[in-house]
Amino acid sequence: MATETRVLHFTTPMTKGQLTDLRVGDEVWLSGTIWGVRDASLIRLFDEKIVPDRDFAGHFFLHTAPSIRSDEMGKVIPISVGTTTSMRMDRFTQGCISQLGGAGIIGKGGLSSNSSAILVKETGVYLSITGGAASLQTLQIEEIEEIIWEDLMPECIWKFRVKDLGPLFVTMDSHGQSQYKDVMDVASANLKNYLSTLGN
Amino acid sequence: MLLTKTNSSEDGFYSDLVNISAYLYKKALTDLPTDVRDAIATAKSNEGEMGKKFLNIMVKSVEVSDETGIILCQDTGICIFYVKIGSRLNIDVARLIEALREGIALSTSQHDLRSSIVHPLTRQNLQNNRGEGIPDVHVDFVSDSDDLEIRLLPKGSGSENMSFLKMLSPADGINGIKKFILESIVEAGPRPCPPTIVGVGLGGTADLCMSLAKRAVLRPVGEPHPDKEIAELERELLGVINTIGVGPQGLGGATTSFAVHIEYAATHISMNPVAVSIQCWRGERASATINKAGVIEYGY
Repeated sequence: MATETRVLHFTTPMTKGQLTDLRVGDEVWLSGTIWGVRDASLIRLFDEKIVPDRDFAGHFFLHTAPSIRSDEMGKVIPISVGTTTSMRMDRFTQGCISQLGGAGIIGKGGLSSNSSAILVKETGVYLSITGGAASLQTLQIEEIEEIIWEDLMPECIWKFRVKDLGPLFVTMDSHGQSQYKDVMDVASANLKNYLSTLGN
Repeated sequence: MLLTKTNSSEDGFYSDLVNISAYLYKKALTDLPTDVRDAIATAKSNEGEMGKKFLNIMVKSVEVSDETGIILCQDTGICIFYVKIGSRLNIDVARLIEALREGIALSTSQHDLRSSIVHPLTRQNLQNNRGEGIPDVHVDFVSDSDDLEIRLLPKGSGSENMSFLKMLSPADGINGIKKFILESIVEAGPRPCPPTIVGVGLGGTADLCMSLAKRAVLRPVGEPHPDKEIAELERELLGVINTIGVGPQGLGGATTSFAVHIEYAATHISMNPVAVSIQCWRGERASATINKAGVIEYGY
C-alpha cells in the first residue's frame, strides 16, 4: 500500500483551499513569512491578551527561540534557529489558529487531540520539523525581519523570511488525522501487550 | 580559543579553566560524539521510509554543523558539569566551580548563544546562561590520581522535561522496575526527540537515583555496564523499547532509543527507587582531561 509521497512547495500566506488539500504524509517546503513564538510570548499574547497589530492570517507559527547576533549595522543575524517541543504550548493552539487566523503550527512532537479538533474546525495543519536539526534549518532562514518584545529574549515574537524551509511533514491535518496519535495508540497497545507477559 | 596546555601559575590555571569550559560548551553543542554518529548510521539500516527521512535530516544537519560551526540544536541547554579531581592534585574547588560557570557565560557571549536560563519564579533571564546554582557542578575525588577530568552535559529541555522518578516497593521487584521504565518511554513519546539515550538509575535515595540516571546518559552509546547482570538488563530493555514503535521523532519506526544505560547504588531494605533520565538523539556532551603536566586532552 506504499503510496508516493507528495512533495509540495508553498509561499505563505496559505489559502484555506491549500490547507484543506494537505494530508498526513505530505512533504512541504515553505517560503515567505513564518512567525516564531514560544512559551513566554504565547503567555503574553493569550493570557495577558496583548496582541500586536500584525496580519498573522494564513501564516504558520513556528515553536522556536533562536540564537542571534547583531552585526555592525545593527542588522540581526540568525545564529541558530530550530524548534522546540510543541506540546508544552498546546493550550495556545486555539489563540494562534482561531483568534489570529494562523494556517497552522510548525514544531516537533505534535499536539493533543484538542488541538487536532481546532485544526479540523478552522482548517489548519501541524507541520513537523526535525527537532535538533537546527543547523540545517538556520541556513533556510533568509532574514529576521522583525522582533517583537525584545524584553522576552529569546522568547520574543520573531518574523522570519524563509526560503524553502523544509522538509516539513504534515503530521496532523484538517481532516482529523494525527500521525502522532496513530503512532502512540500503537505504542500504548504494544506496551500493554508486553506488560501482560510480565505477570505479577 | 583551543588551549592544549594549562598555565603553571595558579591564577593562570583558573583562568585557563574558564577558557576550557567555554570551549567545551561550544564543542558539546556543535560536535556530535562519534558513538552517536555511529548509532544514527546503524539505525538508518533498520528504519522504514519515515524514520529514514528523519535520520537523513539529522545526518545532514550534523554535516552542516561540522562544516559551519553552527550549533546543532537551537537549545543551548542547562549546563551540568561532572568533575573528577585526582587526590594528588592541590585544587581550590570553590575557584574551580566558579571558573567552570564563568566559562559558560564567556562562551555564551563569544558565540552569541541563546541564554536558556531563567529564575524559576520571576523567569528573569540574565542572558548569560547562568543563574542561582546553575551551571550545576558535581565534584568527585579519585584516589591515587593526578588527573583532572571535566565532563559537560548541556542538557536540552525537551529531553530533561521527560524525567521520571518512582519510589517503588521492594515487592514490586524487577518487573515493577521494567514496567516503570517502559511506561516512562511511552509517556515521553515524541517529546524528547527520539531516538533517545535512556539513562536509568536504580537504588540509592530519591536524589541519588535521579542523579545516577542522569550520569548514565553520559556513557558512550553501545558501551555496556561492566556488571554483567546490569548489562543484560540494558540489552533486554533496549530490545523491548525498540519493539514499541515510537520511532524517530515519535512518528513511528524501529528505533525509539539508541541505548539504555543503567547506573546503580545500594539502597535501603524497604526501598526500590527507579529513575529515568532521557537524552535526545544528539547525545550532546564534551570532556577535557588535564594531566599532571598540564596537557589537555579533549573528548566527548
